[in-house]
Amino acid sequence: MDTAIPDFFNWLFLNQSTEIIPLGDWISTAVDWIVTNFRWIFQLIRVPISQTLNGIEAFLQAVPPVVFLAVLGLFAWQFASRGLAIFSVLAMIFVGLMGAWPETMTTLSLVITAVVLCILVGLPLGIASARSDRVEAAIRPILDAMQTLPAFVYLVPVVMLFGTGKVPGVIVTFIFAVPPLIRLTNIGIRQVSLETIEAAQSFGSTPGQMLWEVQVPLAMPTILAGINQSIMLALSMVVIASLIAVEGLGQMVNRGIGRLDVGLAAVGGLGIVIMAVVLDRLTQGIGKSSQSGVSWQDRGPVGAIRKALGKRPQPPTVTP
Amino acid sequence: MSSSQPKIQIENLVKIYGKNPTHALKLFREGGNRDAILQATGHVLGVADVSLSIAEGELFVIMGLSGSGKSTLVRCLNRLIEPTSGHVYIDGEDVAKVDLPRLREVRRTKISMVFQRFGLFPHKSVLENTEYGLKMRGLPLEERRQKAFETLEIVGLRKWADYSPSALSGGMQQRVGLARALATDAPILLMDEAFSALDPLIRREMQDELMRLQTELHRTIVFISHDIQEALKIGDRVAIMKDGYLVQVGTPEEIITNPVDNYIVAFTQDVNRAQVLKTGSIVRQTVPFILGQGSARAALEDMQTHQRRRMHVVDRQGKPVGILDRKDLESAVQSGVEAVEAVMRTDFPTVEASTSLEKIFHLAQYGAPIAVVNRKGKFKGVVEQSDILASIGRLSQGAEEEGTAPASPVDQVAV
Repeated sequence: MDTAIPDFFNWLFLNQSTEIIPLGDWISTAVDWIVTNFRWIFQLIRVPISQTLNGIEAFLQAVPPVVFLAVLGLFAWQFASRGLAIFSVLAMIFVGLMGAWPETMTTLSLVITAVVLCILVGLPLGIASARSDRVEAAIRPILDAMQTLPAFVYLVPVVMLFGTGKVPGVIVTFIFAVPPLIRLTNIGIRQVSLETIEAAQSFGSTPGQMLWEVQVPLAMPTILAGINQSIMLALSMVVIASLIAVEGLGQMVNRGIGRLDVGLAAVGGLGIVIMAVVLDRLTQGIGKSSQSGVSWQDRGPVGAIRKALGKRPQPPTVTP
Repeated sequence: MSSSQPKIQIENLVKIYGKNPTHALKLFREGGNRDAILQATGHVLGVADVSLSIAEGELFVIMGLSGSGKSTLVRCLNRLIEPTSGHVYIDGEDVAKVDLPRLREVRRTKISMVFQRFGLFPHKSVLENTEYGLKMRGLPLEERRQKAFETLEIVGLRKWADYSPSALSGGMQQRVGLARALATDAPILLMDEAFSALDPLIRREMQDELMRLQTELHRTIVFISHDIQEALKIGDRVAIMKDGYLVQVGTPEEIITNPVDNYIVAFTQDVNRAQVLKTGSIVRQTVPFILGQGSARAALEDMQTHQRRRMHVVDRQGKPVGILDRKDLESAVQSGVEAVEAVMRTDFPTVEASTSLEKIFHLAQYGAPIAVVNRKGKFKGVVEQSDILASIGRLSQGAEEEGTAPASPVDQVAV
C-alpha cells in the first residue's frame, strides 16, 4: 500500500515508451498546418517591415559618416547633454576606425526597425493592460514566455513562416525586446497618482483626454525606460539573428566564431557594446532631461542660439 | 440665495464599499450599523443615509475625523465615487442617475474641485494647469489662455504662469488648484481638505483668502475639513459626520451653543468660543433714550424707574449717539441742565452684531457697556464686560440665569 503510489509514478514517468502527452508532436503538426495554410499572411506582414528596414538601411548607408556624426552630436547635445554628445561622437569615430562602420549601420537599422515595431505594438498593449486588469492577466504569461523561451526555440518556426533574412531577424528581435516595453508602459500608467487621476476626472475628461493629457505624459519616464530596455534587448539579439542570415555586426561575430578568428569576433562584439552604450546613455539622457522642467527650447544648441538672441525668459524676481 | 430651490440636495445617500453591496445595503436598511455590516459581509459603510440641502451661495463645511465618510460624501457629488443608493440633485437634476456623457458635462460646467494634495498636473505649467477644465470643455486656445490668465490674476499668481507647479511653494500650489477650479466658472466648488496640507500660517491666509473670494464670487462651496476650528471659522453652516452618519447640521453658533450630543461637545471642547460666537448672540436688549423726545429730567426719571445706572441715547434713526451716566445726570438735573446732549458722553464703544467676541475684548477696557448695532447702524442693545466673560466660559447647561440672560432671538430688538 505505502509503495503503491511511488511505484505508480515510477511506472508512469520512467517506464513508458511513448509520452502520454505528446506535446512536441502536436506543436510540430500545428506549425506545419499554419505554414501550409497561412504562410501568405506572414509573407504579407513581411512587406511593410521589409520596406521600413530597407529604407532606413539605405538611408543610413548613404549618409556620409561625417554628417551622421554631426547629427548624432547635435541630437545628443539637444536632448541629453553636451558631455554625452562628445562621448557619442568619439565612440562612433572609434567604431569607424575599427572598420565596422557599414556593419554598424546595418545593425542600427535593424535595431531601429525592431524598436519602432516594439513601440507600435508594445505601447497600445501596455496601455490596454493598464486600463484592464483582465487584459493584464491575459498578457502577463505570454510576456513571461516571450522573455524566457530560448530564442532558438522560436527561431525555427519563424524561419518556416517568414523565410530567412532581415525580416525574420526583426521579428525574432521584436519577440525578445517587446515585453519590457509593455510591462513598463503598464506600470507607468498604473503608477500615476490617484489624486491626479481624480483631478482629471473631476474636470470632465473623457478616457481619451485622460490618457493623452495626463496618463501617458506622466508615465513617459517609465515608458522611456521601457524603450531603453527594448533597445538593449534588441542589441543582445543581434548575434542570434545573424544565425538566420541577418547581416551586420552579428554576422561579424558569427563569422569570427566559425573561422576561429578571435579578432573579427571581438571587433563585432565591441561594435555591439559601443552601440549599446551610446544608445543606452542617449535614451536615458532624453528621459532625464525631459523631467528637468526646462523646456527643450531652452537647452542644448537651440537654447544656446536662443540665449544668444536674447529670447530666453528670465525668472520673475518678486515672490508673491 | 435668491431661488427657493436648493443648489444641492442630497437625499438618503448611501455608499457601501465592497464587491457586492446589495446584500450589505439590505442589512443596512434593516438597521444594521457599520460594525455589524462589516462583520456580516466584509463591506464597509462609507456614507450612511445622509440627507442634506445646500443653498446657492452658501459656504457649507462638512466636518469629521478621518474615516467619517466626509471625503466619500463629497466625491459622491461629482461621482468620483459611485453612490450605492440615494439621490444627489444639483439644480433639480439627479446627478447620481445621469449617464456618463451628461456626467462629464456636469463636471465641466457645474462642479469643479480642489484637492487636498493639490492634484496638479506636474508635467503642465501653472497656466496649462489652470486652463485644464476649459480645455476639456473644448474652448479654443486663445480664449482659454485669456480666462486662465484672468483667474491666475485673482489668486495672485499671474507672474508664475509659465512655471512648473513644482517650482512653487505649497500655498502657491494650492492657489493654482483653486485657480484651476475657479477658471471653469462652475457655480459649485468642492474643496476636499483643501488647506489641510498647508502650514498653519499659510492655512489661515488661505482661509481668509477663500472667504474674501467668496464675498466676490458667491459660489456654492462644499468644503471638507477635519479641523473644527477651520469649519467654524469659514462655514456659513457646518455638518458634522461620524462613522458615515450625519450627527449635526447647523450654523457655527448653533453647534457651539446647542451641541446635540456628547460627541459634538467633545469636538467643540477646544474651540475658541470667542472666535465663533458673535456679539449679537449675547446682546442685552435695553431701551435707549431717544434724542429730542424729552428733557434730561425725563431721562433721569426713566432711569430711576428701571433702576439703570447707564443708558444709551439714540437719534431718530435709531443710531446710538451717546451714553448717559445716572450720577452725571443727577448732578446735571440738580444744577438745572435741561438738554440731554450736554450731559451724555459720546466716547463709547460701538460694534456690529456680526463681530466675533474675540474682536470686542479690547473694548471692555473702557468700562462702559458696548453698544451693539446691526448692519445698518441701528441700536440693538448692549454688551457688558460680564456678558463677554460669561459667554466664553463653559457654562454648564441651565446655569445661565434666565431673567437677565442675554436676549435671544436677537432680531426682535425694538428701538
